[in-house]
Amino acid sequence: MQIAVCIKQVPTREWQPRLDDARTWIREQDASFEMNEPDAYALEASLRLKEKHGGEVVVCSAGPARVAQVVREALARGADRAIHVEDDRLGSADAFVVAEALAGAMKDERFDLVLTGLQSDDQGFAQTGVVLAERLGLPHATIIMDVQVDVQGVPGESTPAVRVKRELEGGWFQWVAMPLPAVLTIQSGINQLRYATLKGIMAAKKKEIRKVTPAAFAPRQKIVSIYVPEKGKKTQMIAGSPAEAAKELVRRLREEARVI
Amino acid sequence: MLKMILVVAEQRGGALNRATWETIAAAQQLASGQPVTVVVPGSGKSAVATELATAQVKEVVTVDHATLDLYTPDGYTAALRQAIEQLAPTTVLLPHTYQTRDFAPQLAARMDRALITDVVAIKNAGGEAMFVRPMFQGKLTADVVPQGPVPHFITCQIGAFRADQAARGTSPAPVRSLAITADATAIRQKPEAPFQEARQAVDLSQAERIVAVGRGIKGQEHLPVAQKLADALGAELAASRPICDAGWLPMERQIGSSGQTVAPKLYVALGISGAIQHLVGMKGSRTIVAINKDADAPIFEVADYGIAGDLFEMVPAIVAELQK
Ligand SMILES: Cc1cc2nc3c(=O)[nH]c(=O)nc-3n(C[C@H](O)[C@H](O)[C@H](O)COP(=O)(O)OP(=O)(O)OC[C@H]3O[C@@H](n4cnc5c(N)ncnc54)[C@H](O)[C@@H]3O)c2cc1C
Repeated sequence: MQIAVCIKQVPTREWQPRLDDARTWIREQDASFEMNEPDAYALEASLRLKEKHGGEVVVCSAGPARVAQVVREALARGADRAIHVEDDRLGSADAFVVAEALAGAMKDERFDLVLTGLQSDDQGFAQTGVVLAERLGLPHATIIMDVQVDVQGVPGESTPAVRVKRELEGGWFQWVAMPLPAVLTIQSGINQLRYATLKGIMAAKKKEIRKVTPAAFAPRQKIVSIYVPEKGKKTQMIAGSPAEAAKELVRRLREEARVI
Repeated sequence: MLKMILVVAEQRGGALNRATWETIAAAQQLASGQPVTVVVPGSGKSAVATELATAQVKEVVTVDHATLDLYTPDGYTAALRQAIEQLAPTTVLLPHTYQTRDFAPQLAARMDRALITDVVAIKNAGGEAMFVRPMFQGKLTADVVPQGPVPHFITCQIGAFRADQAARGTSPAPVRSLAITADATAIRQKPEAPFQEARQAVDLSQAERIVAVGRGIKGQEHLPVAQKLADALGAELAASRPICDAGWLPMERQIGSSGQTVAPKLYVALGISGAIQHLVGMKGSRTIVAINKDADAPIFEVADYGIAGDLFEMVPAIVAELQK
């Protein structure tokens, strides 16, 4: 099976936001970056499917030169090769731009399955995987917890198929089947992530990273300004040493809020 | 420019998703007096249409077809595209539900129109609407404008607009049905019936006090720190999703959009950043206490009392204070 897994590089969870001078994007030079969390689970799911069904896992990433870091990391964890769509503008681009850049680079490959994370921890569009499916002309399903590939296909139909468990709201789930090739957006936490071994890191150095330049760049949304959120509720911050703050908190919970 | 706002209602098996009313409130704000129309996809759901017709809207349009009986993204995309082409709105508003997340990007991509997701507020900048949405897991907020031709698609974050502020009409709005053509064989997804995983004993929605732990707890071996506070407060222990994903606490103790929704008297969040999917499950709590070492963590936006500090220092101090 040929599996593509789309990976984005995003600021780390510990990153403290700082804005650029125009206040339309972050100061990237101050940020440290890591693999978008749901994408890491998509990568793990791809590697497990390859272990079960054979084939190849191809990492696809659209972004500036810096994203080579997460591409290498994915190769070190076991992906076979990579496609890097490189353009400085892709770091802050909208989901349509990214999906179209990826689709342009992926359309000549013959992927049976394309996995992405369900959304990214930076702009959080929750669109890229689905737009990519539409641009590749493939069916999709989102917020996926489990992937069962049936290489034989559903009874009565000859095409290979995939059956996936979708998460719905409030503890509900649903199984959905569709023909391959298909695009799935993967939910965080669905499997146990593996880490790169020293051997994997060494092997990654020899793996192919194909660089592609995006053909078109047509933004569908524009950021007018970015800022630190305005606080909606009047939060009373309690300061002091742990003992002092604890005393004050307990007093207020007893006397003011009367909840204990 | 003349505006025409279309709201896509969400229903399953004839039950209206309440978030639709929030989206109507957003649409009325955006329309500022110009017409709002509600479209209801799903076959034969007239009770839903009648309910929505009580809103102050121009009309409610039902789109009935057998291909919409069981939700599929292909079925919804094909049907709504036809409805949108016939109704010619300038903006299409949807609630940012899991279902919307599943089909709206496909619909927008097929029509090649902008889609702005997870909108929490609408601003007016010189006659042009600006859409406010969180970014970077709620650490930042952005004002965004769609680019390119109309209609523009907008999804509204759950809980961001108030359903009780949706204006009702003095008389019911007209309801009509709109005919579409659809080919069942063109639908690639074959859905099975939704199900719930076996429910267990704890029902956190009944708890008066809850102590919830997030990734700040670092490891399963530290859970007793939080458990001691829960015991001292007479509270149930709950968690954010990553804690349950890791198996440190059972799924049934997860709070949030994919877990339980709770509204206890007291909710203590320990080392939880305050992602929207967590907040929707607990922001109705009467008193919220947040302890987080990051003073800018979004959880402080919903907290009544906040302590910017290390939970491993704070929690034992609070337990000691409670035991005095
Ligand atoms: C479709 C979907 C559904 C989801 N459903 C849910 C859901 O139902 N429930 C849910 O919770 N999440 C859900 N999520 C995940 C959600 O987006 C967040 O990723 C998750 O809530 C983050 O959990 P957290 O706050 O524990 O972790 P993090 O975001 O990693 O936050 C950890 C926090 O701990 C703080 N911290 C670290 N060390 C300490 C210390 N020593 N003392 C004090 N503070 C410390 C940090 O400053 C940080 O703020 C969902 C996501 C998606 C996309």
